[in-house]
Amino acid sequence: MALQSLDILRRSATTTPSPQQRQTTEVAKLIDVTKCIGCKACQSACQEWNDLREEIGINEGSYQNPHDLTANSWTLMRFAETEQNGTLEWLIRKDGCMHCADPGCLKACPSPGAIVQYSNGIVDFHEENCIGCGYCIAGCPFDVPRLSKKDSKVYKCTLCSDRVAVGLEPACIKACPTQALVFGSKEDMIEHANDRITDLKERGFENAGLYDPAGVGGTHVMYVLHHADQPQLYNDLPKDPTISPVVSVWKGIMKPLATAAMALTALAGFFHYVTVGPNETDGDDEEHSA
Amino acid sequence: MNIDRRQFFKLSASSLGGSTLAALGFSPTAALAEVRTFKLARTTETRNTCPYCSVACGLIMYSLGDKAKNAKAEIIHIEGDPDHPVSRGSLCPKGAGLLEFVHSPSRLKYPEYRAPGSSEWRRVSWDWAMERIAKLVKEDRDSNFIARNEQGQTVNRWTSLGFLAASAASNETGYLTNKICRALGIVMLDSQARICHAPSVSALASSFGRGAMTNTWMDIKNADVIIAMGGNPAEAHPVGFKWAVEAKARNKAKLIVVDPRFSRTASVADLYVPIRAGSDIAFLNGVIHYLLEHGAINEEYVKAYTNASFIVRDDFRFEEGLFSGYDESDPEVRYDRTTWTYELDGQGYAKIDPSLQHPRCVFQLLKAHVARYTPELVYDVTGVPAESFLKVCELIASTAATDRTLTSLYALGWTHHSVGVQNIRVMAMIQLLLGNIGMSGGGVNALRGHSNIQGLSDLGLLTEMLPGYLTLPRDHETDRAGYLAKRTLKPLRPGQWSYWSNTPKFHTSLMKAWYGPAATAENDYCYDWLPKLDKPYDSLRLFDLMAQGKVNGFICQGFNPLASYPNRHKVAGGLAKLKFLVVMDPLATDTSEFWQHYGEHNDVDPGEIQTEVFRLPTTCFAEEDGSLVNSSRWLQWHWKGAEPPGEARTDIEIMSDFYLRLKELYAAEGGAFPDPILHLHWPYRKAEDPTPDELAREFSGYALADLSDPADPARTAVKAGQQLAGFAQLKDDGSTACGNWIFSGCWTEAGNQMARRDTADPTGMGIAPGWAWSWPANRRILYNRASCDPAGKPWNAKRTIIEWNGRQWSGLDVPDYKADVPPGADMMPFIMNPEGVGRLFCADRLADGPFPEHYEPFETPLGTNPLHPKVVSNPAARVFPNDRAMLGGSEEFPYVATTYRITELFNTWTDHVRINASLQPEQFIEIGEDLARELGIANGEIVVVRSKRGFIKAVAMVTKRLKMLTVAGKPLHQIGIPVHWGFMGLTRKGYFCNNLTPYLGDANTQTPEFKAFLVNVEKDMSEFMPHSHEPGQGHDERRRPEAGLTPATGQASWLTRILTGRTEV
Repeated sequence: MALQSLDILRRSATTTPSPQQRQTTEVAKLIDVTKCIGCKACQSACQEWNDLREEIGINEGSYQNPHDLTANSWTLMRFAETEQNGTLEWLIRKDGCMHCADPGCLKACPSPGAIVQYSNGIVDFHEENCIGCGYCIAGCPFDVPRLSKKDSKVYKCTLCSDRVAVGLEPACIKACPTQALVFGSKEDMIEHANDRITDLKERGFENAGLYDPAGVGGTHVMYVLHHADQPQLYNDLPKDPTISPVVSVWKGIMKPLATAAMALTALAGFFHYVTVGPNETDGDDEEHSA
Repeated sequence: MNIDRRQFFKLSASSLGGSTLAALGFSPTAALAEVRTFKLARTTETRNTCPYCSVACGLIMYSLGDKAKNAKAEIIHIEGDPDHPVSRGSLCPKGAGLLEFVHSPSRLKYPEYRAPGSSEWRRVSWDWAMERIAKLVKEDRDSNFIARNEQGQTVNRWTSLGFLAASAASNETGYLTNKICRALGIVMLDSQARICHAPSVSALASSFGRGAMTNTWMDIKNADVIIAMGGNPAEAHPVGFKWAVEAKARNKAKLIVVDPRFSRTASVADLYVPIRAGSDIAFLNGVIHYLLEHGAINEEYVKAYTNASFIVRDDFRFEEGLFSGYDESDPEVRYDRTTWTYELDGQGYAKIDPSLQHPRCVFQLLKAHVARYTPELVYDVTGVPAESFLKVCELIASTAATDRTLTSLYALGWTHHSVGVQNIRVMAMIQLLLGNIGMSGGGVNALRGHSNIQGLSDLGLLTEMLPGYLTLPRDHETDRAGYLAKRTLKPLRPGQWSYWSNTPKFHTSLMKAWYGPAATAENDYCYDWLPKLDKPYDSLRLFDLMAQGKVNGFICQGFNPLASYPNRHKVAGGLAKLKFLVVMDPLATDTSEFWQHYGEHNDVDPGEIQTEVFRLPTTCFAEEDGSLVNSSRWLQWHWKGAEPPGEARTDIEIMSDFYLRLKELYAAEGGAFPDPILHLHWPYRKAEDPTPDELAREFSGYALADLSDPADPARTAVKAGQQLAGFAQLKDDGSTACGNWIFSGCWTEAGNQMARRDTADPTGMGIAPGWAWSWPANRRILYNRASCDPAGKPWNAKRTIIEWNGRQWSGLDVPDYKADVPPGADMMPFIMNPEGVGRLFCADRLADGPFPEHYEPFETPLGTNPLHPKVVSNPAARVFPNDRAMLGGSEEFPYVATTYRITELFNTWTDHVRINASLQPEQFIEIGEDLARELGIANGEIVVVRSKRGFIKAVAMVTKRLKMLTVAGKPLHQIGIPVHWGFMGLTRKGYFCNNLTPYLGDANTQTPEFKAFLVNVEKDMSEFMPHSHEPGQGHDERRRPEAGLTPATGQASWLTRILTGRTEV
């Protein structure tokens, strides 16, 4: 397992280049929304494998439970009812990390080694390095990472990197009853998707297609959609996701400036401490804040 | 996230500090990225099968430790067995959460006792509990045992104690339970089958000969058209449904869903058709009408393999909704079925007309019967849109071609009606007309709901049954010879096998297994020791008698009847009248705490309830060895992976202890008819704890004397004491013992066949003959002789299952036929039926008619029956007078309600499983947009649903998936009610859906009408009425956001929200 750490392509906030010599297979999860029955086996298997337990929530008038991704629910079935050409459709999409080839979270992350991208395409969070700043959340075009209330660290799907590292498929993939989830090399998954799209077109879904958005360099979690022309039907799956301009600015122009500003602030703080001493708080202050 | 100002500064400072340091180049290089350590590296793997539904997915349980003496095994993870031919590693959300079942906080650890009037449990010792139970049971048996009835006939029955058997218990448990109960004379013995698939057994056995799913789960992939009607396999059997999705993807199959509600199955269907709940027969008789009108049948199949050509007696009639022989005077049996039979010739054979032209041949009678079911009538009665109905008919008709098949997947959507059996019968008839029975990719596939309810049916844990579908005698059957003669069925056509002609062998071998040396030819193999029935004591009668105060004791094994039976108030009232209740369960069920006050969800006063309650902790699937029968009749052995919690014991151990204590008491004190108790054959090495192996060997069967080889009488085929190879070796002279003839061959001299795990599927057609063992005789597709035409040629050469090789039938599957009877012989494929053929006309078998007829649900929204206004609902159904008074009308209750399971939960069991509770935490109902608008109900609001019998409160899920229908010219709204929530467990407290349901059932099996009844819906106004709720319970909490409700959403930091422009909190 330690070997896997050598196969890192990128590491957040790190300028040292990663080793590039080995060739590893790019993997992908294919989510065939047209075969998905929304059973939530993936949600259950995810909690079980990753030793997470979701809160017992409430029902707000939807099958969607919990209502959103959380630090305990790294994947979630999102349910949408729509009528297309007079036919009722219940579109159920498994949401979670897309494992982008160009990961906005990793780009935004200021903490070295908190987010890594393996050469097989998995984007993994290493919470021991996470400082809880939440920049990855801002950087994600799919609104996936979630900050834990318990430890102020950010969590999301690892694509079961611990299973993949020993040659197993992710837990959700294995559990899926209807083969709506498939796992393999990205190349094989695209081929599998193309077979499915042919079948769907024969059944009258003329706009069936693969969702592998170029705006984030492609993803290692892809969807087969009946209506690939309208991804927004599937609970607002973004049509052309790109990394937020805020992140680009932060990583581009702002970074050197901010670095200088922060260094100055820290320096000023140091001198303040040396010359004046630490700030004192009084009881009132604490009470008011309560 | 709740952070105060100082915390914010601290957090910001640390973030800033961290990022600053990083920016300055002080990277924490020591913290190399590492993936999480793989947690299963050295765990012990144990194979098991899932305890929930009857797909029976393979499990691998991973436990800590290597089984060394000093290590205590603890299961830490469960996932799918990738070798399993059905599940192939998959699990549904319930199976994937099984770890939390094993470790549920609701697992019972110690025996507990609740004294009369008490409001709490007291921990007691096993010895104390079992001694007290044995004493109470013996007292009651001795006082109330009926040795002779009023006519002086020996009946030896005991009708003041009821027993419900566990649907997830192993065959070994079920077998031993039946053996003990019948020895005590218990007739009020029933199981989950009564309230789920009893109609399947009745309908399929009366059509084809055996009451079970015809094909296998994997075989569904070979279908060309799949109809999910009367079932919702994507939600109730997700992993089995894999093969329907596979059929679509690989076989270009079309999936049709006919359901009142657009379900998850419908979400992947090619065609979804909404229908009024309770009108399926009108729809399907309409399909038959279409098929006959368009000549879309497999004529050669129909002529050869069905009773279409059989001539029916000339006094058989069907007029104004009633078949001939109707007599209202007997409330239990309304029809004299004498006229519902064939015309016989001088030799006792049925007369036939192969041309199908005789006016009284079955084919012509059927044509006349369905002539009324025109498309117009179908639209009018069912509310199905015209174009959809015709599309369904066309797709179904396309499978009359010999190279195409239709498969029917159904479950409780058909059984839970007062016409449950007949719902299934129509589909059986359609499949016979199309030639789809016995075919790969065909069949009528009853998808059983519990992991071993097929096994419990097979083992006869139903009031009127004995193992292997033998039946208990009635009072008037005073002698064994007459009893056997009636059940020994002679062929009704020349050359037929009529396998029930072997009944004496099955019955004698059963009695030898139960009573051993005590059963002799001289004492008629203890025939009189079997209790006799004056009437069936099904569990609806049990709870009715209980409500009348006529039942004193009730033993409830792995069952939650308070949640599962209709009209909860009646059931709860009955439980409160018991002297004692014994609950055996791994979990703290609602039933076990029926006496405890849980607010509006269980509004009782413990002080007023005098029932003594014993709660005995049992092992669960993961903690015992044994076999379960899945829906497609596979007996799969499973293995123990860990010790049970606390003092929990296996059901086998508890039942044995119970029996041995009674035996000791009867030996010491005597009492009512002690003979069967004292002489029950108990050859087990450890009397107090027989092993599953011993019990499995016993029901598979063994020789008591050397058996000679029929082909070569000089040779001994089986030596005394050896296991039998199968039921063909059974004898009626007492030289064989076999506890369940249809399981015979599951444990042979070659060992435990149920433990086989050969994954080979030689042709890829979905038959894995070496995986586990399938009854009967390891046959996987029933009636498979019918996959070939009478001349022996497969109807579809691409899907050959068996063929004639010149000497015998052979192939992928074990032939369901006499192997050496050549093609062209008289013998027909339906070997269990005396006719040898499948029954379109069900002669002399069912209580409510030989042909299915549309009758309205007992609570009908129409108030009439458009086909025959004088006969509205099933005229043969048994309705107790008190329950009839509890039926509501459409003026007061204008909406049709139907109940169902949803994928995330399994009845009330998963309420105790943390992962599943989080996936569907709170009770809801589904209501269409049109109706919600009419009633001013918004999505997510709490509503009250009322029927004549009670009310529930639930979150309203307003959906497009329940459409208004037009029925009989009027608008009709339907409400969907999932069944899962109760007052125990980890989910939010809910109301049993059975607060609402009517207490009546199918005319043949008494399976309740859970799927079509009338309700009213209104907004819950109780929040405006103070003190009407117990605080802190159920839905209340949502109105008090300060009450500690944890939002399920992880929230991003304040800074992130600014950055992303998301300002909502």
